[in-house]
Amino acid sequence: MEEILARAKKAADKAEVFQVISHRTPVHFEANRLKQIQTKETVGTALRLVKNGRLGFAQVGGIVKAGELIDMALETSSFGAEVNFDFPAGQSYREIEIYDPAVEKVSIGEMIELGQKLVDAVAGSTPGIQCEATVSRSITTCKIANTQGGHAHYTKSSYSISVEGMLVRDGDLLFVGDSRSSCRPITDHQLVTVEVLKQLENARRNAAITSGVFPVIFTPLGIAGALLSPLISAFNGKTVFDGASPLKDKKGTRVFDERFSLTDDPTISYQPGSAPFDDEGVATRSNVLIGNGVVNQFYYDLRTAALAGTVSTGNGNRSGGLPSPSPHALVIDNGPVAPQDMIKGIKQGLVIEQLMGAEQGNILNGDFSGNVLLGYKIENGEIAGRVKDTMVFGNIYQLLGKLEALGNDSRWIAGYARTPSIYLPGISVSAKSG
Amino acid sequence: MQDRLFSALKGHNADYIEIRLEESNSTRLIYRGERLEEAGRTAAIGGNVRALVKGGWGFISFNNLENLSQKVALAIEQATYVGKEESKFSPSAPVTDRVDAEFGKNPLDISLAEKKALLDEYNSIMLGAPQITTTSIGYADGKKKVSFANSEGTYIEQSRIDLTLRLTAIAGKDGEVQQVGLSTGSKGDFSAIEKLHARVRDIADRAAALLTAPQVKGGPYTVVLDPVLAGVFVHEAFGHLSEADHIYENPQLREMMVLGRRFGGRHLDIVDGAAVPGFRGSFKYDDEGVPATKTYLIKEGVLTSRLHSRETAAKMGEPITGNARAISYLFPPIVRMTNTYIEPGTINFADMISDIKEGVYAKDWYGGTTSLEMFTFSAGEAYMIRNGKIEELVRPVVLTGNVFATLENIDAIGNDLDMNQGGGCGKAGQSPLPVSNGSPHIRIRNCLVGGK
Repeated sequence: MEEILARAKKAADKAEVFQVISHRTPVHFEANRLKQIQTKETVGTALRLVKNGRLGFAQVGGIVKAGELIDMALETSSFGAEVNFDFPAGQSYREIEIYDPAVEKVSIGEMIELGQKLVDAVAGSTPGIQCEATVSRSITTCKIANTQGGHAHYTKSSYSISVEGMLVRDGDLLFVGDSRSSCRPITDHQLVTVEVLKQLENARRNAAITSGVFPVIFTPLGIAGALLSPLISAFNGKTVFDGASPLKDKKGTRVFDERFSLTDDPTISYQPGSAPFDDEGVATRSNVLIGNGVVNQFYYDLRTAALAGTVSTGNGNRSGGLPSPSPHALVIDNGPVAPQDMIKGIKQGLVIEQLMGAEQGNILNGDFSGNVLLGYKIENGEIAGRVKDTMVFGNIYQLLGKLEALGNDSRWIAGYARTPSIYLPGISVSAKSG
Repeated sequence: MQDRLFSALKGHNADYIEIRLEESNSTRLIYRGERLEEAGRTAAIGGNVRALVKGGWGFISFNNLENLSQKVALAIEQATYVGKEESKFSPSAPVTDRVDAEFGKNPLDISLAEKKALLDEYNSIMLGAPQITTTSIGYADGKKKVSFANSEGTYIEQSRIDLTLRLTAIAGKDGEVQQVGLSTGSKGDFSAIEKLHARVRDIADRAAALLTAPQVKGGPYTVVLDPVLAGVFVHEAFGHLSEADHIYENPQLREMMVLGRRFGGRHLDIVDGAAVPGFRGSFKYDDEGVPATKTYLIKEGVLTSRLHSRETAAKMGEPITGNARAISYLFPPIVRMTNTYIEPGTINFADMISDIKEGVYAKDWYGGTTSLEMFTFSAGEAYMIRNGKIEELVRPVVLTGNVFATLENIDAIGNDLDMNQGGGCGKAGQSPLPVSNGSPHIRIRNCLVGGK
């Protein structure tokens, strides 16, 4: 890295090198039994340089030849965007616990054993169910250095487990599943299987729902899958700067129910979304996006922040290209109401666990719609069974403007969101049964 | 290279071993509004080893190409850990071949300046249109060369050039935001994305028109799909269900998808095949070294075959089809589609809509996903059909349903097959894989449309 930076400095005005080295070992189960063990080692190196005020960018997977990388980046710099920001100078970052050496020490044998427990717990509960499970451990080292004196690295460990079950019943397919991840080893399969068994129990029977407007409870899985993407899009500094966010003029305005608060928090110990700095070397921090229903803050990377005349919120994220704004770990504040109590008060309604195609609607406008892949009908305060051939349609700005209740069952979904259940007064349902 | 791979494979003991080395180069240009967000170049070199021992798989991916023989040994060690039964793996005759990249107007010979100039033209058309607040453009081209060898003596070098362009026009007014996109691509022919000026103007105008368009009332309708959306439908709703890896280990699904089962009327023929030349899903050999085929999934309404890897074909006792594909060296090959389409029938568009009292004409692709039997897909454009006529523009619709019921409900197939080259398929974390899909116009009775 030092060599690339030193040579890039001679060829350009400013430069930054970013490198990620990862080692991942997933163990896969298919059809209720062990199927494949993988080992994935990757090295990726990216170079941003500034020449004549324009940005050049290139990246290389695998062994890097410094000259080649610099030439590629120089080639793009003659067309690149005008640079309006500086790479961050050297600084000390706050300590965030994201590495546990115990992860590397978990043996393949232990991972297989845990995976088998995941499969056995689900398969044992329901005859005929076919499970896929994955237990995975990984170590990722992230290094960054720039010509402004910035220089930092961190190593993160992560461990994740997931199980998905598919049950074919009278020509009907039922999908259940859940996952968990942490920077520390996970040893208790029940963290995942208890939730899956609950899904199976709720879906034991089918129940028909008619078209209409019904009260709806989104479970934590349902929120993470259906409601977050329109918010992620609306709070993205880039969407705001481009004028495409419906919230662009709403900073300081109450748009959501006052019980609704949303924070992007990359500082929580041992959460896979946590890190001391973002992919541009900017220190991360906890950002309140929505505070008690009021639009508080959008999230930015260096470049978007400079365009918008503000500062980076430490949300520069690289997913295969140049950094762009992305949240780390979204947290919706927990509420006071037990989900069972929400259900008790509903005469006829819907519980949504998984929506299929939710992100296909006009997300920019806050619209979402999707087929209820896993959801239950509520009848007279009880779960009556699984709904099928049912679509829901809504707009998050209308729906989250007034909540009926906020659950007390907050939990992490796949390491990127923590949310309780949310009870909304009414959602449009289109059902095949009329 | 051939000697190097064969020597790494020598002296090991496994039921099957393969090595794949890959070299890729790509260029991308991304715009957001007037801003060129990214002009970037990417290069990668990497490889993998996959080994099969007693039905269990080991898979190692790496960037460091040294010590290949040790990597083979590690993959075998992992596979041995897993394997507890007899390996089932269909035979495929060993081949030695070199397949050069096909191209028309080769995008790799065109300067970045020229590419940028074309995108600038499209961008200014969109940005100059009324009520357009912003745009986004993503262009990418790249070349990939794969060297593949297996323990059965196959050695294949295969190169390909892929190119994609997606344009989106975003219109806004009074807090309403609407967008319309255009996706296209080609197997190494830059001219496929030239001269789109009129279509680009059209998407901008349509995004603006959507701002005042009404929302469809949700419920079941007679729906007519244009070739693009019908292509997405056949890919999502039926294509994924034809991928044998979803069903080969599941007795009930095997029963549900038993060959010979009737899925639709005698007018329905559905094909998948990389041997169909000239599209983004076309190739000569798949990523297990199996020659590409053209496979009738449904012939005259009846399920006739499905898509296989060598393992799924062996486990189901069906012929191999050459559908094992890996998006890159980071992943093992899995069963994937290639070019998937409904073959044309005889009905023209006017006749297809003439007897529809109230229905929806849904056009263009916005997205689609499936959970095997249930699918959902979104149109980019939709109109009401009333009394046999296309009437007002409505907000984009999401269509959903059960694949079995929906295929049965196709009651008209048009004569105007068209292939869509703008798609990318995602499965098991491997996305976007170059595929194409297509269809003539089709009519579906009683299709559920999401709405207020």
